[in-house]
Amino acid sequence: MSASASEPSLSAPIGTGVSDRLSKKASRHVKERIIEALLFSAAAFSVFVTVAIVYVLVKESWIFFQTVPITDFLFDTQWTPLFDDAHYGIMVLLSGTLTSSGVALLVAIPLGTIIALYLSEFAGFKVREIAKPFLELLGGVPTIVYGYFALTFLTPILQKVYPDLPGFNLLSAGLVMGIMIIPYVASLSEDAMRAVPMALREGSYAMGATRLQTALWVVTPAATSGIASAYILGISRAVGETMILAVAAGMQPNLTFNPTEPGATITSNIVQVALGDLPHGSIGYQTIFAAGLTLLLMTLAFNLLGYWLRKRFREVY
Amino acid sequence: MQLQTGLEAGIEGAVLKADVRELDFHYGAFHALKRVSMPIHDHMVTSLIGPSGCGKSTLLRCFNRMHDLYPGNRYSGGGIVLYPDNTNLLAPEVDPIEVRMRISMVFQKPNPFPKSIYENAAYCLRARGMRNKNELDDRVESALKGAALWNEVSGRLKELGANLSGGQQQRLCIARALASDPEIILFDEPTSALDPIATASIEELIIELKEKVTILIVTHNMQQAARISDFTAYMYLGEMVEFGVTDQIFIKPQKKATEDYITGRFG
Repeated sequence: MSASASEPSLSAPIGTGVSDRLSKKASRHVKERIIEALLFSAAAFSVFVTVAIVYVLVKESWIFFQTVPITDFLFDTQWTPLFDDAHYGIMVLLSGTLTSSGVALLVAIPLGTIIALYLSEFAGFKVREIAKPFLELLGGVPTIVYGYFALTFLTPILQKVYPDLPGFNLLSAGLVMGIMIIPYVASLSEDAMRAVPMALREGSYAMGATRLQTALWVVTPAATSGIASAYILGISRAVGETMILAVAAGMQPNLTFNPTEPGATITSNIVQVALGDLPHGSIGYQTIFAAGLTLLLMTLAFNLLGYWLRKRFREVY
Repeated sequence: MQLQTGLEAGIEGAVLKADVRELDFHYGAFHALKRVSMPIHDHMVTSLIGPSGCGKSTLLRCFNRMHDLYPGNRYSGGGIVLYPDNTNLLAPEVDPIEVRMRISMVFQKPNPFPKSIYENAAYCLRARGMRNKNELDDRVESALKGAALWNEVSGRLKELGANLSGGQQQRLCIARALASDPEIILFDEPTSALDPIATASIEELIIELKEKVTILIVTHNMQQAARISDFTAYMYLGEMVEFGVTDQIFIKPQKKATEDYITGRFG
């Protein structure tokens, strides 16, 4: 092509003499900016809400800890905010949370993992397409329904086996909570297993391995990070679950790790206090913020653990 | 089609290891292999060449019954006779796991398991239920030596297989395939994901390996087929066009179609 008059000369300083056709279009620029601002504010809103929640919890807990020493909160073995001789030992509520969550996880982790292995490695296409929506439906049942199920169906059955079992107990609530968590564990674990490349499975089969060997020795280790995330989500759900425990576990604060006893958890206690007789602003009422902060720190710790696990085991294949 | 045996083709002492006889294969309704016949000679390297989609990988994967893993695949006629058993590998009463224990495979992309180097090499032995630590150690060592990897990894057997370089990973996959003392190893374009230096070392290794095993290799690289194989088969659109001694196929092919492909006029 021969040089034309409109061609920029090579000796001209860079950035000068932009032709009209290449100059920035103001309208397009503004539109992009507006969209960017909208998207940013949507993202900023969720961050703001999180920060606000943390702010309220910390501020109100601060008021609480000015009256109750933090050592009492952590090490006292009684939780009696309503008594004249008030004690605020979070351990009591924590024991209820840990016991019920422990029972739930003993149900959800083995069953969820086995279901995931079956759906991912053994089930045919048709079985998976039918079974998975049903499984996910299990996670969509309102937790209050699970609570009633535990109280009015499971507890009477358990009482036939253990006649001494009280009407409200952590065992029944924990078992039902485990059933509620199964779909989360199973569904996420199955996604992780299915994401394992077919090339790895073929490699295993080509070595003469059986389906079970392939599933346990190759697919499961390759999906470790995803399976660990599924477990962590399950734990977070168990620790944060409220309604099942409020309905079926009784709400008496009880320092025990025995699931056959009634007990209050951090969450069910918050419900009780928030709806109860304690006057707003009293120190007893402030307990819910300290308890809420404890819960938040626990789930934060689990999320960090999950993040670490994902990083630690990611992309081994 | 008239098939040549190794003796007729001029390689002395060639014994049949397997014989593909008028094999038909369907992926669902798609007729992927059409009455394919070819011999596989013992302790020789046989390569399968042809343009993409010609059925060479499909044929390779019939040998260890990989097609059984997916629904809709059908061995729809003929068979592959394995010697000395004189048994059709594809017969429904044959257990694919038994076949895979004797006919191992190395894949296109190195696919070490998310396990240590040691456990990768020991995988097929563990799958067979071997527990004895000393026996495992010995077999792992000889497999890694057989794959020319021992000197590089003997001090780091506990490290993840995925930490090795691409060429080393592929040699680990070869060691994994060797550990069970297979009779045939199938290679499905084993160097297409590797750099030229790693490719050269794998090719050298394949030539050494034929002392121990029979090798069947699918390759896109005609120079590779010419360099390492004793016999070459050219396939096109699911049919076996020509089979013969490698030198003969590359220097004086019998069919015009083969010549066109080899000289690069087509494909």
